[in-house]
Amino acid sequence: MRHGAVAAVRGVSFALDRGEIVGLIGPNGAGKSSTLHAVMGLLRPVKGDIRLHGTSVVGRRPEDVARAGVALVPEGRRIYGELTVDENLRLGLAGRRARGDLDADLKRVYDLFPVVEEFRRRPAGALSGGQQQQLAIARALVADPDVLLLDEPSLGLAPLMVDIVFDALRAIRDRGLAVLLVEQRAQRTVALADRSHVMSNGTLRLTLGPEDAADTTTMVAAYFA
Amino acid sequence: MIAAVLGIDWRTLADAFALGSIYALMAIGIGLVFGVLRLVNFAYGQLVMAGAFALALASQWGWPVWAGILLCFAVVIVLSLLMDRIVFRPLREQSPAVMLVATFAVAFLLQSIALLWFGSLGKIATSLSFLQRPVTISGVDIRKITIVAMVVAACCLVALVLLLNKTNVGLHMRAAAMDFQTARLLGVRANRVIASAVLISGLLAAIVAVMLTVQTPLVTPDFALRDTIVVLAGVVVGGMNRLVSATLGGFAIGFASGLLGGALPTNQSQYLPSFVFAAVIVVLLIRPGGLFSRPGQAAVDRV
Repeated sequence: MRHGAVAAVRGVSFALDRGEIVGLIGPNGAGKSSTLHAVMGLLRPVKGDIRLHGTSVVGRRPEDVARAGVALVPEGRRIYGELTVDENLRLGLAGRRARGDLDADLKRVYDLFPVVEEFRRRPAGALSGGQQQQLAIARALVADPDVLLLDEPSLGLAPLMVDIVFDALRAIRDRGLAVLLVEQRAQRTVALADRSHVMSNGTLRLTLGPEDAADTTTMVAAYFA
Repeated sequence: MIAAVLGIDWRTLADAFALGSIYALMAIGIGLVFGVLRLVNFAYGQLVMAGAFALALASQWGWPVWAGILLCFAVVIVLSLLMDRIVFRPLREQSPAVMLVATFAVAFLLQSIALLWFGSLGKIATSLSFLQRPVTISGVDIRKITIVAMVVAACCLVALVLLLNKTNVGLHMRAAAMDFQTARLLGVRANRVIASAVLISGLLAAIVAVMLTVQTPLVTPDFALRDTIVVLAGVVVGGMNRLVSATLGGFAIGFASGLLGGALPTNQSQYLPSFVFAAVIVVLLIRPGGLFSRPGQAAVDRV
């Protein structure tokens, strides 16, 4: 069975399957975020189609896309700083379809990100950037999505935090989710992802596999193509 | 103490507190909808007016008190939800200016309908006039409605705080007021959140309609219009961006109006609005972000 989303920005087409990470890398303004926004229904593509489990989601409202099993970890995390960590997490439940064991899912999220459990009652605004990023991913995961979209989760994070985030993404993939990772950190993304598409000027230039992570020349060439 | 300094008796103080309570409820009704829609609903007073006419008609038809109150709630809530469905929802993506003008249009439309149906002389709601009678508490005569208003407002506040802090709908409303797009991306249904805010806002308008008709039994098409303008000023003075500061602003301006009304000599009471609005201008010049907003917070936007 195919489990995937196919997105198009300008002749951009790719597939995402359960249990894999697809990287989307490229310079600023390449159209990476726009691609994610189109999937979430924040932007409406002029042409083309975006399908989830084979059904088009074009024209659906963002909340309906979320409720269909697509969770976005937005750029800049967009944590509610005035709400507690727990309340932020509860907001993630809004997109949850009635299925699965909530307590078990919560436990898995807490295992993945212990800080989220530890600081449950604190205002989310008091967390560090890296902790907020973990909360943002946790908030997306409690919705029990099939597809996880991440928009530059490592932006502005200390190297140690980047390790935590990337390790978590590996664990999330192994759990069977389809992960689409938009990133600026090209080399790390290529090393982690099953496939990475290099995007520039709204089109896909090149597809790289983990084995290309060491090959910086190809990557740099693709960036400036 | 304050009362003694200004030469105000306890009865005036209690009445001022009650007026502040009623205005605080109106401020919450306006602030809740502003939070999720970034829309100042100028037609809020006309919702109260419609509820007051429902009460007046019920008392004219000789309905029992509870039936009149029920009719008032039904009319106001149906009108609120219609307003959301017909006006707010289709215009939600439009600019704030468009929505603002739309609420003006709704306000005038409702007022004109009231004028056509009931005439400019209005109707009298008498069924609740027993609440005008005073009770004596430690030597001070206080009208029953004063006590009822304070108790009802306190109950509404507690219920609202519980709703906002303990329920999912409340959490979704708070999140939507802070960052609506992110809330939608998390799966919070925009239409449901807005409808909830409009519904609660309508409930409060109905409660306010009941209490204001006790204070002013003569219901005319411009019923509650002046109150709404004063409350809007209070909400802006308090700080529109936060529900708590908007509520405090509504209470403060109601309380101040009540005190001033009691302190001014009777033959100069027509100057009361001038005093209130002069105070509003002074506050806005000193603290443009709102009297009760946190220091450093940005000034009121999109009003």
